[in-house]
This record gives sequence, structure tokens and C-alpha cells, in this order.
Amino acid sequence: MQRRSFLHSLAFGASILVPVGRSAWAASSSSISSNSAASPTGKKLIVIMLRGAVDGLNVVAPVGDENYLRLRPTIGLALPGMDGGALDLDGYFGLHPALAALQPLWAEKKLAFIHASGSPDSTRSHFDAQDYMESATPGRKNTPDGWLNRLVAALPGAPTPSRALSIGPVMPRILRGPMAAMNLPNGAGATSANVLDRKDIGAAFDQLYANHERFGRAYQDGKTAHAEVMAAAASAAAAAAQEMNAADRGAPLPNGFPDDAARLATLMRNDPKMQVAFVDLGGWDTHAGQGNAKGQLANRLLPLGQGLAVLAKKLGPMFDDTTIVVMSEFGRTARENGNGGTDHGHGNVMWVMGGAVNGGQVYGDWQGVGDQALNEGRDLPVTTDFRAVLAQIAERHLALGDRQLAKIFPNMPQGAAPFKLIQA
Amino acid sequence: MRIAAACSGYKRKVFTNPGPIMHLPFPSRSLLLALCICGGGAAAADNAALSPDQQAVHVLNRVAFGPRPGDIERVTQMGVQNYLDEQLHPETIAYPPELTARLAALVTPNRKAGDVVGEYVELQKQVRDEDDGARQRRRAALMAVAEETAEARLARAIDSPRQLEEVMVDFWYNHFNVFAGKGIDRALVASYERDAIRPNALGNFRTLLGATAHHPAMLFYLDNFLSTANGYTPAGKRPGQKGKATGLNENYARELMELHTLGVDGGYSQQDVTELARMLTGWTYDQRALIRSNQTFKFDAPRHDQGSKHWLGREVAPAGEAEGEMALDVLARHPATARNISYQLAQYFVQDEPNPALVDRMARVFIASDGDIRSVMRVLFASSQFLAPDAAGAKFKTPYQFVVSAARASATPVKNVGPLLATMTQLGMPLYGCQTPDGYKNTQQAWLNPDALTRRISFATALAAGRLPLAGKPAMVTPAPAIALDPERVAATLGEAISPRTRGAIAASAEPLRAAMLLGSPDFMQR
Repeated sequence: MQRRSFLHSLAFGASILVPVGRSAWAASSSSISSNSAASPTGKKLIVIMLRGAVDGLNVVAPVGDENYLRLRPTIGLALPGMDGGALDLDGYFGLHPALAALQPLWAEKKLAFIHASGSPDSTRSHFDAQDYMESATPGRKNTPDGWLNRLVAALPGAPTPSRALSIGPVMPRILRGPMAAMNLPNGAGATSANVLDRKDIGAAFDQLYANHERFGRAYQDGKTAHAEVMAAAASAAAAAAQEMNAADRGAPLPNGFPDDAARLATLMRNDPKMQVAFVDLGGWDTHAGQGNAKGQLANRLLPLGQGLAVLAKKLGPMFDDTTIVVMSEFGRTARENGNGGTDHGHGNVMWVMGGAVNGGQVYGDWQGVGDQALNEGRDLPVTTDFRAVLAQIAERHLALGDRQLAKIFPNMPQGAAPFKLIQA
Repeated sequence: MRIAAACSGYKRKVFTNPGPIMHLPFPSRSLLLALCICGGGAAAADNAALSPDQQAVHVLNRVAFGPRPGDIERVTQMGVQNYLDEQLHPETIAYPPELTARLAALVTPNRKAGDVVGEYVELQKQVRDEDDGARQRRRAALMAVAEETAEARLARAIDSPRQLEEVMVDFWYNHFNVFAGKGIDRALVASYERDAIRPNALGNFRTLLGATAHHPAMLFYLDNFLSTANGYTPAGKRPGQKGKATGLNENYARELMELHTLGVDGGYSQQDVTELARMLTGWTYDQRALIRSNQTFKFDAPRHDQGSKHWLGREVAPAGEAEGEMALDVLARHPATARNISYQLAQYFVQDEPNPALVDRMARVFIASDGDIRSVMRVLFASSQFLAPDAAGAKFKTPYQFVVSAARASATPVKNVGPLLATMTQLGMPLYGCQTPDGYKNTQQAWLNPDALTRRISFATALAAGRLPLAGKPAMVTPAPAIALDPERVAATLGEAISPRTRGAIAASAEPLRAAMLLGSPDFMQR
């Protein structure tokens, strides 16, 4: 079935999307938002990386393609409206039902997808492919820094260690480089006092680490960032105490990503210096028993979707000035394997959301999942270079110029993406 | 605040401000030596060869998880070469009776794989049957399995005199990583480490590779236990009726070449991955036979792809199980494997970007010795790069190395490993908790970050103050009063692992802070 005829056949079908009007997070365009947008750090970028290669064909599933269920008889998602069916996006693509939390964003046109996108390098090694996606130099392993670090270097205004932050115990490849960046532990520890806050201990270790050739910078960045985070957490607490209608104030959030997303949003709102954030989530390498509407993949997608919705909501008016990208190193095989899973593939789907996103659309040069359309007969081709998507965000959302883009994304073969994902 | 309050009354002992050493009230031998070198000896060491004491520190940092009290003296006395020779033959080093007794008292690390799996499966069944309390029992049982497995590992890492063996276990476990949080592997990692990794840690690479390839922990982790010829119908199912295992799974075949042997640039293609996966179809285990008679591997012939294969440029005639064995032979002896393993060993033991000439030399010995790991290590230890002054301290400790070395230096008896495990988890390196098959990295780039330093300092401070509940689980023993570490003893233990600059700063600080400053110093972050 061609996409057009499918759209037709669905015209009177049960589209489960209900227009919901402007949702809470988009409702208020307060003065805070426009003020902060005018400052050098007013425009925010959050990158979420799904390590392990998420199965994009079950995230934004081509349920309207007659080949889809033939390729995926047990793990394929049912048509929208059916039991466990996908959530209709545009009459052809359907969203995984575990991502229902994102439906309002889609309806608001704040969420878009770019299908059959990814790295042009053909590697199916997780580790090389992640490296390329973080260095933004596919095929080149010796790039010393990550593209997000180069992007921070290109941003206007004075840098501070908390301008770029990552959530998690290790500094990711994508933020590696000469510009300072900080990492916050997962969980509540990020905003509690640490041992160096005790004056005598702090002074003792300052002596050991100040100007230390090898570790001095990391030590000092840690102290500065910690001070900023503590200040942001304190003003967040003060703000929450004043808030009349803080129904969820103090309520424990579910563990994991929704929790970290809420904390991240609170910090960003209360520390205007924070501009770029990175979070990575693992566990997407579903070689066996990945399930369909329920199961392993659904169990991973559920907190991701919830967390992204929490992030959008908690950013409040700042969401209008924020772009959030979700990406993964490559896609998975179009055909399910013998074990109800999928093996390493090529093209995948990128997710982009935010106030400036021309959402409600699935972008990309989509060629279907017929045998002839598949790359090497097994997976999606890459028809949109992931760097083209990122470059458009950097250009249109962060207002970076051509020369800066060339530094962040060197030797990018494909020019501008042939679609306007981000409003000018 | 406790420490701050204690500051005012500190006594000046060894850490007197750098001044004439003669006036010190009898510091220990190594500390005296160390302080002497402040005068200028160590500063000149950049170009000169390492002094005997510096060599001892360096070797203990690489071949062992850092010095314990007396280690530096012992290695200096016996000579670095003799120490290395001894460590290369762990079978000649006796375990202390207390360690033997402690390990013998643990349940899981001494049980057969099948018995642990049997218990695991039974508990799962009870949970499915919604037996009251089954969930709690299962959680408690799994916790006990995990704790005992970790305790066996850490007790050895801290206390075993066969330190190189423990370092190699850390290296090889990461190389052939299995994630303990995945399903039945919770019950299998103890056996995997004990039966596949540890016995071969300094042995033959082909044997080690084969042991991992046949172990149910690996078969499960990378899904090969499910992989079958395309179109295979399990017995008892009608053709077309779906079973769990009805086709090829590439997961293990890919990582076997990419991570375990050839390396990602080892010159194989996607087709080679698929063909190797076909050759390995039928390599599985039978859970019932595993439980009943501890049969840990099964070649299930009906699952095997009977066709001929074309792999790494060779025609592979159908030969059943022998195809997989042949593949392991080829991979273990492949020059790309020799290079890949040698590079990784040199990176772990020498520096993050190892000298190519050293890697070449090791790779040649790897091939000439048919993958004898001990021979490769001997070449590494004898190399000029290994004992070069710029190699000393060049490696940034992984969280595992940091925590274990701190426990060793502190000489605190660790009856409860919980606080050590929690610290590793906070630092991003939960023991047996690496989800991905590449295992944990050991480079500075991977582990140095602002938050890590703060957390390491925090751990060092708690350990030095005696505030970690290492004597026993808080619920089970009456919490002992915190006994702070004696900074002189820690300083003597670490000797020249601590630089003159750091010693000077510590000497100028209040005594109650000194042990924390030693274990949290920049010098102690590196090895």
C-alpha cells in the first residue's frame, strides 16, 4: 500500500488523536522567557542519547506500509485503534503506545521526527557508531573533542562550567574537549552539600588541587559547578515555597529518567547560565524478546516518554526557548530476527521537540520498507545525515553562523536539510 | 564539624612543615626516605630512571592494586624482578589462611552454576505462582548471591597476595564482560568468573576464549543460546508455529570478533558476522540439564545451520559443533587478535596510548607463544616502556582501582564490602554492572571528570575518619566508634606514591585531615 492511499483509507478511520488545546507547558509565555531568550544563554539545547541503538522502526512505526507487519510478524505494532496499536501520527506512521505521554506535544506541533536519519558511516558497531555520533565526524576516530563541546565554544557570551552539563557519573564523549563542562550525579545527590562544602576540608583539598597540572581544572570546575547548582537548587526551593499551586511539590517522582528530567528542568530554570545539557540512557540493544506494544522495549520507552513530557512541562515558559533532540547510534534490522528481537541496522529516527520546532510532522526522505528500499536488504538507509538535523538546530535555534557550523560539524557532505524543522 | 572541632588540638608529628629532617621525632623508615627525596631527588626523576623505591611503588600500582603496609619495603628487598616473577606464577604464592577461610565460608562462590540457577528458577516460579512472600524471598536470595559474589572478588582484590592474578581477573572480566543484571546471569556470574575467567587469567588465550564461549553466562548474555538456523522449528512445535528460538541471532558473533578477538578494525564485514553467527548456531545450554547435572553447555545439533558458510575469506564445510571450534581457533590465532589483545594489555598496564613498538613486540610473542598470556605479560614487564619514568603515575585509576587501592592502603579490615560497592556504583562503575559487552574502560578520558574527583575525595574522607561501616553491616553489629586512620602509617604505606608537593601541603595541614588528604590526593588518583 502506498502512503497516499493509506492516508485515504484512514480518513474516516479511528484517529485516536484528540485536539487538546494548548497544554500547560506551552500556555504561559511569561516575561521570564523572553528576557532569558535575549541573554546569550537564553536559547537552550538538550540532547538525549539512547545508547545501544533503539529500534526506530517501532518508535515511529510505518504501520501504513504493507511490508511492516510482514517483516515484523510478532514484534510489529498493530494499526492505530486496535488493541495495543500504535498511536496515529499522520495516517501512515504510528507512535509506540508506550510513548503516549508525548501525544500532546505532537498535537501541539512541538514534536517532530526525522525518519531514516543517522550517520552515513556503515559501521554496525555500537561503540564506533556512538563515537561518530558524539564526535560528529563519522569514519574518523581520532577527533579529540565532542561536537557539543565545540558547540559550546561557538556560543556567544562568557563560558562557565555550568553552561554545559551532563547527567551521570562519567563525562560523555560528546562533551569532551577544551570547554569546561560539568557532570551531575543521577538522583538527589546532585543538589545536596558535599564534603568540600566543609570549610576546613575544602581548604585542605584546595591546597592539593589548586593549579594542579593534571587535575586542577576538573577539581575547580567541580567546585564552581557545585556552587552554582546549590544556588539554583536553593532558589528553586524558595520559588516552590512561594508557588500557590505546586501540587507535586516535594512529592517523590518515579526513579530514573523522569526524576532526572524534572531535576534538570528545575536547575535550568533556576540557573540561567545553563544552556546545553546532555543525558544518556542505556538498555536499547534488543536482540531478543523486545516485545511489541508491551515488553522490553515498551518498558524502556515508557519512562523516556514520561521523562520528556516532564522535562517539557517543568521547563515551563523556558520550553519555548528550548530544543530537545533524541538520537541513537543506528537503527535496527527491519526484519525481526529468530528471537523476537532485532539486530544491528543502519538508519533510525531522530526526535526533535521544543518551542521553535515545526512539529506534528515526520520529516525525511522516506522510501518505505519494501525489499528494494532496504539498505543492504536488511535495514533503513540513511537519507538524512544526523549532522544536517543538528546543524539546522544550531543555525536556526542557536543562531550560529556558517563559519561556526563548519567548526562544529567539519566536512559535512550534505548541506542544509531539505526541510524547515526549526522556525526561523 | 567533628573534624573541624578536633583541629585545634592536633599534635605535630611526622608532618612537620618541610624543614630539617633531623629534628623529627622518629618517623618510619619509608617516610624518612620519602621526605629526604623532597630535597630534590624526586624532582630530577623525570629524566632519570626510577629509584628502587619508586620502582617498587610503580610495580605495586600496576601489578597489584597499590601498596599495603610493608609492601614497598618487601618489594624493594626482594627486588622488582623477583616480585614480578613471583606474581607471574600465582600458583607458587600461598593464600593466607584467613582469606582461604573467608572464601570457604561464602555460599554462592562455592556452589555449582547449576545449583545457583536451580534456586533462581525455583524462586522465579514461586513469584509467578504469586506465592506470598515469594518476591521478598527472591529479592533476598538474589541480593545474597550478588553480595557474596562481590565479596569473593573484593576480598581477593584487597587481601590476596596473588595480586597480579586479581588484576588480570579485573582485566579479563572487562574484556569478556557479562552484565550481572540481565536475567539468569544474576545466578551465573560467580561461576563465570570462577570457572571461565580466573583459571585462565595468565594461561592460554584460546582456552580462555573457549571457556567464555561455552559458559552459559556468555551464551545467555549475548543471546547465542537462542540462535538457530533460519527456519528451525523446535521439537514439539508445528512448522510455522513460533517458538522463542527460531532463527539467527548475530549478537554474540559480532562481539566475538569486534570486542573479544579481532577488534573493530580487524577486517571483517557484515557478511562475516552473519556467517559466523550461522557457524555458532546450536551453541546453547539446556536449562534443565544445567540444573539437574550442572551441564553448562550443549551443542544442540538440530538448531545448527547445516549449510556451508563463507567466512573471513574461507569456505567452511558443514561440520556441526566443530565449525564453532574452528572459528575460535582461527580467531585466537589471528594477527589482528594478537594486536588487539596486546594493545589492550599495554593500555591497561602501561599508558592510555601505548607505544606501538611495545604493542608490536607483545603481538609477536602472542603469536609465537600461541596465545600464552604469561609470556606476553613477561615481555610487557621487561619492556623499557613499563618501567620508564614517564609511565609512573601515568594511569588514572578506575573507580574499582581507586576503591580497592584505598582499602589496601588504609589496612582497614573490610568485613562488609557494601560501602565499597556503593562507592563504585556512585562513581559509575558498579561491580558486575556494566550493561554493554565492551566492559569498563581504563583510561583517564573515561573516568576523570569534576564530579568524580569530589566523590573520590568524599570517600577518602569517610574512610580516613573511620566512618565507613566496613566492620560489618550496621544492622548486624553494634556500630563501632569511628577510629580515624593514622596518617603516619598511611604515609609510610604509600611512600613515594605521594609527591613532595603533596607531602608538603599535608604537612602544613591539621593532623585530623592528613589521612584523608593522602587518600584523596591527586597522587592517589593515579597509579
